[in-house]
Amino acid sequence: MPTPTHTWSRVWPMLVLLVLWQGVAMQAHSRTLPTPLAVLDVLMKEVGSGDLTLHLGKTLMRVLISFCLAMVIGVALGMVMGRSKRWDRLLDTFLILGLNIPALVTTILCYIWLGLSETAAIVAVVINKIPMVAINLREGARAVDASLMEVAQVYRLNPRERFFKVYLPQLVPYLFSSARNGLALIWKIVLVVELLGRSDGVGFQIGSFFHFFDITSILAYSLAFSAVIFLLEAVLMRPLEIRLNRWRT
Amino acid sequence: MSNALSVSIRAKRFANGNLAIENLSFTAKPGEFVAIVGPSGAGKSTLLKIISGLDTAFDGTLQLPCAHTLGFMFQEPRLMPWLTVQQNLQLVDKTAEGSRLQTALQQVGLNDCAQLFPGQLSGGMQRRVALLRAFLVAPQLLLMDEPFQSLDAPNAEQLRSLLLDLWQASKPTVLFVTHNLSEALSLADRVLFLTPGPSRIALEWPVDLPRPRAQHSAAVQAMRSELLACYPDLLKGSLAQAS
Repeated sequence: MPTPTHTWSRVWPMLVLLVLWQGVAMQAHSRTLPTPLAVLDVLMKEVGSGDLTLHLGKTLMRVLISFCLAMVIGVALGMVMGRSKRWDRLLDTFLILGLNIPALVTTILCYIWLGLSETAAIVAVVINKIPMVAINLREGARAVDASLMEVAQVYRLNPRERFFKVYLPQLVPYLFSSARNGLALIWKIVLVVELLGRSDGVGFQIGSFFHFFDITSILAYSLAFSAVIFLLEAVLMRPLEIRLNRWRT
Repeated sequence: MSNALSVSIRAKRFANGNLAIENLSFTAKPGEFVAIVGPSGAGKSTLLKIISGLDTAFDGTLQLPCAHTLGFMFQEPRLMPWLTVQQNLQLVDKTAEGSRLQTALQQVGLNDCAQLFPGQLSGGMQRRVALLRAFLVAPQLLLMDEPFQSLDAPNAEQLRSLLLDLWQASKPTVLFVTHNLSEALSLADRVLFLTPGPSRIALEWPVDLPRPRAQHSAAVQAMRSELLACYPDLLKGSLAQAS
């Protein structure tokens, strides 16, 4: 459970950073480094005009959809590959290929082949993410404790119980690390995808601000973005992880 | 009365081709407590895996009562670490809740442990849960693979007497694998001695001592001495006579 000391030790490095930033920016007095207060000002204006909510909402939606798709497909692939040597050999080449093709290449190819559409954007992100999830879960599936599966077999548990109460709990740590890394990776790719072929979303906005050299707005959007990530971690990932790891005392 | 179990294994090979079991057959009556003693590597665990259906790659026949229920206590407790004691028991018996669960837990001396996770229990307590789990399914056949071997002596003695209480209450047929001769003589109606691999039955020894018999009681120790005086290498699986 997070104690006040824990929370404080998370907060103070950020405060130090903000103070430093404000100090340096005030000294430099340059267009390329606005002060945190100026950034906050723009942030408020963007929230007020509804622009930020619109674009952040679009981006979040894309992140959510591609995250879910990539997790489901990647987890299924990883489980199959961890279980069967044959499937592992058949699919391994594609995984290595998928892991190493730059996100930029898959994105451009998806846009060319599928058109500048929402589907193409999502497909591009999902393709980039699946190999990582699959490789992680393959490790998990390989590490499954056969002796516990024997217990399930001897006591004739039905397939549902075998899966949810004996098999899946062993994969929880792998699921979490995939989800965490996955979310981080997907944010980054979604922004690139938006920059290249969408007319809304945070990536698109940052692209536009770049044309006008509007550093303040770029930082304002990045800030809003980071806030959402911290929120997700605090209200979703961490509580869920603590709940699922109750038994590790 | 017909047999509860009839085992006849012509051959069982390990993955590397070595013979683990050859021409091993025996039967057990309903409610009989049979101990199987043999040197390590004699294929004792393999034998239990075959009887439980975990290993089907063997040449031979098994006769079990149709629609039998099976309990299995492994060398390790093998509880699901992410499930509480209650959830672990409910995994094999959905009705393990409320007063039924309380009574069962009391029987094995785990009164307030229903909501604890296995990691919060001592090794002895974990084995009590595993023992209870094996009996909760009301097994007709109970297989036990050196279940108390890594426990300290007092804990093992307590669990043995618990096992006998539970066995006498519901009388499943028990196959109890051990390499400890005193343990076998203190528990079983009959002891089967195995040869080292490929394993066969070297000797069958009825134990007609009245229960309860503590492992270190004079009667058990006398029988042990008698056996070892006749066959000094019996625990190595050899029937060579004393010279």
